Formats: sequence, C-alpha cells, structure tokens
Amino acid sequence: MSNHEKMWKALGLDVELHKELLGSIDRTFQQTVGTQKDRPEGMEYFDHALHESHSGRVAELIEARKKGKKFIGTFCIYVPEEIAMAADAIPVALCGGTQFSIPYGEKMFPRDICPLIKSTFGLALAKICPYGPIKDLGVGETTCDAKKKAWDVVNFHVMEVPQKKGKLDFDLWHQAVIEFKEKVEELTGRKVESSRLNKTIKTMNEKRLALQRLNALRKNDPPPLSGLDALVVMQAALNDEPARFTEYLHELNEELEERVGKGVSPFTQGMKRIMISGCPSVMGNWKIHALIEKAGAAVVIDETCTGTRYFENLVDNTAEDLTEQLRALADRYMKINCACFSPNNERLDAILKIVKDYSVDGVVHYVLQYCHGYNVEAIRVSSILKQAMIPNLKVETDYSTEDIGQLRTRIDAFLEQLD
Amino acid sequence: MILEDTQFSEFSIVDTGVDPLANSKEILDRYDFTKIVATGYGRYLAQVHLDCPVITEIKAYAFGAHYFFPECRTVIDIGGQDSKIIRISDGKVLDFEMNDRCAAGTGKFLEVMATTLGYTIDQFWREALQAEDTIAINSMCTVFAESEVITLISQGKDRQSISLGLHQSILNRIMVMMGRTGFDDEIVFAGGVAKNKCMVHLIEKRLSKQLLIPDEPQIVGAVGAALAAQSNK
Repeated sequence: MSNHEKMWKALGLDVELHKELLGSIDRTFQQTVGTQKDRPEGMEYFDHALHESHSGRVAELIEARKKGKKFIGTFCIYVPEEIAMAADAIPVALCGGTQFSIPYGEKMFPRDICPLIKSTFGLALAKICPYGPIKDLGVGETTCDAKKKAWDVVNFHVMEVPQKKGKLDFDLWHQAVIEFKEKVEELTGRKVESSRLNKTIKTMNEKRLALQRLNALRKNDPPPLSGLDALVVMQAALNDEPARFTEYLHELNEELEERVGKGVSPFTQGMKRIMISGCPSVMGNWKIHALIEKAGAAVVIDETCTGTRYFENLVDNTAEDLTEQLRALADRYMKINCACFSPNNERLDAILKIVKDYSVDGVVHYVLQYCHGYNVEAIRVSSILKQAMIPNLKVETDYSTEDIGQLRTRIDAFLEQLD
Repeated sequence: MILEDTQFSEFSIVDTGVDPLANSKEILDRYDFTKIVATGYGRYLAQVHLDCPVITEIKAYAFGAHYFFPECRTVIDIGGQDSKIIRISDGKVLDFEMNDRCAAGTGKFLEVMATTLGYTIDQFWREALQAEDTIAINSMCTVFAESEVITLISQGKDRQSISLGLHQSILNRIMVMMGRTGFDDEIVFAGGVAKNKCMVHLIEKRLSKQLLIPDEPQIVGAVGAALAAQSNK
C-alpha cells in the first residue's frame, strides 16, 4: 500500500472506490486537456497540482494541522480567504466537478438540483473526499437556494450573501464578513490582527494580479495558451497554496510572453475567439471548453467564477486599521457579479467590456443544469449581446456525457454561423 | 446523395444501425464520386475513417432547404434524434433552436409511442387524423409519456384520441421553439417526421399557413452536404 493509500485509509475513505474516482477524473483529463498539442512547459506544475489535489495537497494540509493550523472548506468565491488566512486557517474551495460522484449525491439530494452540489456532496457521501475528514470548518453562503438548504443538512457556518446591491444589502454583507472573522477567530483561537490581514490581503492581491497578467496574454491573436489550459490554471488556483501558486504562475506567464514574441500558440491566427460566460467549471469538468476548442475555436476568456469573477478587482490595501480593512474586503467581494443578485446590471456591463477587450467573436453562455440564476439571466445577456451584434449561444448541461452529440452539433453550428 | 452538376442523380437511405461506418462504406462502394462531405451525428466518425470534411446538419438543412425552396426563411426539422427550428436567409443560418438531450419532440418519441399503442408509424398518424377527440399528454419525457399512455390504455381511453394527443404534444414543443426563434415565410418542413401527415396538418392549422415539404423530406440534409461538397463551403 502506497503512503497516499495509507493516508486515505486512515482518513476513513473507501480506498477502492476512491481509486476508481481518480481513474475516472484522470481519463476525462486525458481525453480533454491531455489531447492538446503544443502545451506550454509551465503547465506541468498546474497539471501536477490537479493530480495531487487528493494526495500531496491533502498530506500538506494534514501536516499544517499538526502544527496548529485549521483547515476550512469553502464552496464559493464569495468567502474572503484573506480573513481565514490571517487567523492561521487554510481555506480551500471544495466544489465537485465530476459525474462519478453524482449518483451518490442523489442518494440524499434531489435529482433536479445543480450537478456541482450533487457532485460535491456525492464525494463526501461516498467517502471518497479526503478533505471532509480533515475539515475543521465548512463555510457555505446563500448564493442559491439548493446550496443554502444543503448547508442546513451539514451544519456549516453560513455567510449571508445579499440578493440586491443597495446600501442595506452592503451593510448586511459587511456584517457577514465581520461575523466570519469572529467565527474563524473562535475556531483558531487566534485574533485577526491588522498587520497579519495586511499581509494576507497582499498575498491574495498578488495572486489576482498574476491571474490578470495571464488573462491579459489571452488577448493576443493567437493566444499563447488554450482556454482549456487557462481553465486548468484556474482550477489549481482554487486548490493550491496561494503564494506558491503565484510564483509558478509568474513562471508560466514569462514563458507565455516569450511564446507571444515567437508567435507560438496552440491556435492559428484569426481563429474564432470565444468567451465562456456563466457558471463555473470546477476540477473534473472540462466539458464545454474541450467541445469548443475541439470544434476549432479558441476560448479566450471566461466570465465565470473560474474566470474573471475570481480575479478581477483587488482589495484596497490602503486601509489603516482592522475596521477599514474589513470594509475594504466587504467592498471587493461585493463586486462579484453573481447571478444571485437582482438586478445584476454590473454583470451585463462587464460582459460587454470583456467582449471588446478580448476581441470576442461569439459568446457561449454556459449554464449548469438547474442553475436558475444564470439560466434566467441568460435572457438579458443574450439580449444585450444581440444589440451589440455579438452572436451568442446558451447551453444548459450537466457533467454527464449523455448529451455530447447534441451539444457538439449546437456548438459546431454556432461556430459555422461565425464564419 | 449524389450530386452531378446541378442535378441529384441518386440517393439511398439506411438506418444508422449498430455500425454506421460499415453501412455508409457499403453504400459508397456502389458509387463513383470526386468529393464527399459528411453531416449528422456520425459526421466525426466519417471524418476520421472516410477522410472527408464535415458540416453540421443545421448548416446542411439550411443549404438543402434553400436548394428545394429558394424562398425558404424558416426550416422545421424533426428527425429521429432531435428537432430544430432554423432561420435562414439565402441558405445561410441566421439563428437556430434545438431540443436538447432527451427524445422529447423527436421522431423517436413518435416511434416509441406508436409501438406502445400497437400501431405501425403510418397507422399511427392515420389513426390520429381520424380522432374525434383528443387527450392531453402531459409528459414530455419519452419514458414518462410511455407510462402515461399505458395508464390511459388501461383506463379504456380511445386509442385514436391518445394518438392525436401525442402528436399535439410534439406540436406544442415545436411551437415553443418557434416562439424563441421567431419565424418568417416561407416555412419548410423537413426530416422524417415531415412524412407524418397528422403532424403536417397540426402545424399548418396552428400557424394558419401552408408548409413547403420536399418530396423526400429525409434527404434534405444529405442534399445540403452534397451542395457543400460541390461549392467547398
């Protein structure tokens, strides 16, 4: 038995089923990300980060916990990681992107809720998630109905993300941020001090800047890396240790800058440039990116939680005391244009700006099945894009492969329209 | 479908079956051709094994419908695997809607329902046309609709009325898609289900319009692909 297998066994996992899970995710990875040509060498680290997410990274967290750190599982980019880190906790996003665990999730949860929730809870219910057993705290939020009722089942700490963007709503969110600080302080027994928070704000801003640099490079025609590879980087961003991630990302960025100089790209110049907008594609899910890029177009930007919504807007680091810092954090996170808000006009403005900045030829609005927020918001997204004469296609799908034939036809036909 | 100059000389229709590649190779062996384009769900299989370019059936139906009826602006295509509304102008796709994932609203749905009712496909629409009354079918899903139909049969309901109800459920599905895309005259009805006279009647009645239907509605996509091969589009 390998060391990792011993670790999984000690965590109480179903080791055999867990092996099948890793095999299944790896097959999907090899069939999508793995079949690409001319990948940047710097991608090796991020591929590795994904492959180690259930082994090396978990071992690292177990070690950190032995040294007194606490591990917090999160499920949304609305959770301000800076605060957790300043109190000596390690936050990691634990969303599931694999079809493999969905039947296990459906043993408890209704079938007609989004695949991300069913996949996430399915991993825990099937005893194939190594993060569950080492988690000191789960932090949920109220960005959709299915999620917020799921948190009740597992007794997580819940941050209330408001539904509107007025003053009352900001005050509510600001209070949720303060309560989160108090919650992590209680968990770790360590106070969030202004000087520590200043450091973690800096760490996370640097991570965002590195991701912004990566994405700015995608503005080139042709972009120096594929949309699938950019997605792999984003998926690693949600799992990896932030400072280390940033360091490797800068290495990749430097390589990509060289590739731009030399004209090296997996794509050819003039290839159709696609923006994916809408729901996130978390680890295990490379479905839509692979379909679009296999059909001969380039995904040049993601307006999703695994895209711009994660790395745009820095936290103002000029705040002088803890009170101001917490307000600055609340401010930055409140700018994430989630479809849970009504209205959410800022997202529409952002989409039009990104279309222009990235010279986008067409937008694929990606909706995870049963995600009502993004599904209904797609009506307004489509209408503003039509006005701007930008072709767009809405696809609603889950993690399974049963609709691949129809999806391929729709995506291919959409790309044919762009010719 | 074989296209020589501007004339279609011959065509052949076979079921996809379990080995579509062998089926298409067998047909291809019978003909001489200089260029070939594949379309439909098996297009990538053909691309790899027959070394030919591919187009989607959406583009193919747009080309094909334009060829048969140059004034066509909207195509209703109900095939075995899916149904689509395609808005076109001069044979170019402007917009389309396509039902996704399940068999609801497809020829396969009708096929399964005909069998459940003990009819052949032709009997099914003939009987539906003779119905004096209709029974609303609520389920869109093929599996659920089948149990709904079985329930209705066991209640002793009239088979003709159930048949009409099933056709109307497809009609409603098509009208939802047409509501999304909008539609202009002329409207071409293509795909295998265009041979179903009850379906034609119901759509024409709902739209208060005459549909244009090619003599062989099943080959419109193949004609489109042949035209694409000829013009290198």
